[in-house]
Amino acid sequence: MMTIEQVRKLKSLIALAFCTLAAFFGLFWLIFILGDVLIHGIGALNPSLFTNDPVPPGIEGGGLRNAFVGHLIITSFATLIGVPVGVLGGTFLAEYARGRKIARVISVLSDIMVSVPSIVIGTFIYAVLVKPVGHFSGWAGAVALAIIMIPVVLRTTEDMLSLVPWTLREAAFALGAPYYKVIIHVVYRAAAAGILTGILLSIARVVGETAPLLFTSFNNSFFSANMNGPVSSLTVTIFQYAMGPYSSWHSQAWAASLMITVFILVLTVLGRFILRWRYGKRPTI
Amino acid sequence: MRHKKNPVDLIFLLVSGLASLSVIALIVGILFTLISESSLSIEKFGLWGFISSTDWNPVKESFGAATNLFGTAITTVLSILIAVPVAIGIAIFVTEIAPNFLKGPIGAAIELLAAIPSIIYGMWGLFTLAPIMANYIEPALQKSIGSLPLVGMLFEGTPMGIDLLTASVILSIMIIPFTASISRDAFNLTPAVIKESAYALGATKWEVVRSIVLPYSKLGVFGGIVLSLGRALGETMAVAFVLGNNHQITSSLFDAAATITVTLANEFTEADTDIYLSSLFYLALLLFLMSFIILALAKFFILKAERKYP
Repeated sequence: MMTIEQVRKLKSLIALAFCTLAAFFGLFWLIFILGDVLIHGIGALNPSLFTNDPVPPGIEGGGLRNAFVGHLIITSFATLIGVPVGVLGGTFLAEYARGRKIARVISVLSDIMVSVPSIVIGTFIYAVLVKPVGHFSGWAGAVALAIIMIPVVLRTTEDMLSLVPWTLREAAFALGAPYYKVIIHVVYRAAAAGILTGILLSIARVVGETAPLLFTSFNNSFFSANMNGPVSSLTVTIFQYAMGPYSSWHSQAWAASLMITVFILVLTVLGRFILRWRYGKRPTI
Repeated sequence: MRHKKNPVDLIFLLVSGLASLSVIALIVGILFTLISESSLSIEKFGLWGFISSTDWNPVKESFGAATNLFGTAITTVLSILIAVPVAIGIAIFVTEIAPNFLKGPIGAAIELLAAIPSIIYGMWGLFTLAPIMANYIEPALQKSIGSLPLVGMLFEGTPMGIDLLTASVILSIMIIPFTASISRDAFNLTPAVIKESAYALGATKWEVVRSIVLPYSKLGVFGGIVLSLGRALGETMAVAFVLGNNHQITSSLFDAAATITVTLANEFTEADTDIYLSSLFYLALLLFLMSFIILALAKFFILKAERKYP
């Protein structure tokens, strides 16, 4: 017969064991998925993947050069559009509108925008940038990705600027500096590491996006750097190749998946590392 | 206000102000664009007519959202049912059980699950998980609980792996980090003094978690669950690989189905008539409204929790 204390201890032990099990369950999937991508991807990696354009199925030696280059171009332009808007917007919330109701509202709306389904943004861009001109374009894809980046960059910038002590600004004000000079020369410098982290994490966020590119930049089996026409991207190519019937397509899709995953994980870990090292906190996901 | 004295400062204020207003402009722009693009379909089918009709027939130009809403609802609810207990368990492990040197790494590793792009989940789901489900897990489910009278209905048919169950499992793995991360933050808001008081009274660790930490953080945890719900609702690529895009309402979890997102991803570029495209925009509008409302609710709960226990 067990005493009541023993029953309580046993109950606690069982419950805590389940929690530990849950943690291992989560880790199990992480290792399973990453390991699977690694095993399938490494076997399919070869130099021609990066140097050759796709060839018809059945012919040896095809690659995904067009998709790598296209993806790089689309993401770069998205960053060029999204980062300035996000950083400036975050600056406004943390500086000029600090403590105002409008800052609070935009901040909350951005948090919601971060999680809005990316495919909805794809349909929106299709309606405003693809349908009126009558063809898919790399620009449409870049703008769609930029829209996803803006709220991410905006929110991290706002948070990071808010961490800069107010007295630092007052010291600069006391020297007679106008607010914009204080922001650029004092606040931005103090928060540089944090803003950079926000940018890194936002790039990591959009590099793996597929849904917003499906009907904006579409896909292109040929090498094309023309942003006014359809541009190939790695993620859309992965989708097309994985759903296709050829095993050569499948292995190329795995190789592309591995490259994207490694790139994103490096960015994410780097971003998290900077945040921990500089601010002792972790990013909100 | 000092910035009004300097013209450059005024320009900087205006430019940054416009940049931050872009968020509002985007939300309003998306809403109005989707409404105007779907107006053709809204006029033809109405709201109730659209969401209650199970028709999805491009040839007869008759469209309804019921099958898509069904797929979205089932995969979302099922994934939440799987993910929430696991995520809360993880959060308890990371905040209360793990030794200090493991807390950070394990928490970060779980959050890395959220960094893996959905297309990778999709690939992995199609080539690795779906065969495992079809060959082992689904037949086992069929043999064990498939013969029960009412529940058995859920496990009828030939296990193919490309079905509602596989999609829900993948979705659940994807949303675990969101619920876990927010629950973890909520648990950490519990004042240490109260926990210590309970320990001093002789409570076991589990009793402290159940009677002190969980009640204290229930708003935050709930917010995390609702946020995951919003995320699961709009997830596209991971589901697109393993759901089969079959417009049907089915009682079995072993059947292919379609969600709003999967329909959009598969059919948007194929829509050849105006009413077809307009109906797809209508689906996108419904998805936008649903996820926006759910995410706003989640944000409301999380903010309320933070304000209550600062």
